[in-house]
Amino acid sequence: MRHDMLKFARLQLRDEAAAEDAVQEALAAAISARAQFGNRAQLKTWVFGILKHKIVDIIRARARSPGAGQAIEEIPEDAYDDLFNQQDRWQEESRPSGWGNPEQSYASRQFWLVFELCLTRLPENTARIFMMREMLGLETAEICKELSISSTNCWVVLHRARMGLRLCLEERWFKREEKHAEL
Amino acid sequence: MLNCKQAAELMSQGMDRHLSLHDKMSLRFHLLMCSGCRNFGKQMKFLRQACRKISHDIG
Repeated sequence: MRHDMLKFARLQLRDEAAAEDAVQEALAAAISARAQFGNRAQLKTWVFGILKHKIVDIIRARARSPGAGQAIEEIPEDAYDDLFNQQDRWQEESRPSGWGNPEQSYASRQFWLVFELCLTRLPENTARIFMMREMLGLETAEICKELSISSTNCWVVLHRARMGLRLCLEERWFKREEKHAEL
Repeated sequence: MLNCKQAAELMSQGMDRHLSLHDKMSLRFHLLMCSGCRNFGKQMKFLRQACRKISHDIG
């Protein structure tokens, strides 16, 4: 459990020491409350709930630091222009392909390594906003407030993050998988 | 008429806010004709699902 927690915290925080601290605190809370839980699964859910709160707290504190609001500048506006032609339609070679039944990839350890790699390749503040939205499940209004950015900027950052992530997964996983199938 | 770039932006935003009826209709119309954007939409849903899975499997 500690290993999973640490992995999750590291992905969100990109800071070994902060991740360790957050996990340590969540585990300490778990140990003192252990007796209240009938089974391990309940305890686990509860501990991870605490960990998620701790991560949000740390992110909140960081949001006050200079640079936190710079996410909008991390991936430039024209970063994905090459994917589109002059009419802003998909270029032939960059038209999104069908990923088949992508859920089948869940069973693959390799897939999750690629997924994490792709998340890690996103710029720091962009990745943070994306993970606040998709992993910590915050609404965009909450994210805007925490990071003091406009909702428009928040949507733009999320869109660029998704564009980057899907491109990375397509190149590093789904296209390769297709090739394997052809072999 | 939406182009693919706008359609992709709207699909992404649709995951974060309520789209206007007008946006939804334009998007639906575009998707009828555009397989690339239909795939894009499926990919967006998959990204969300995969992220939730990481978060839930852990918690």
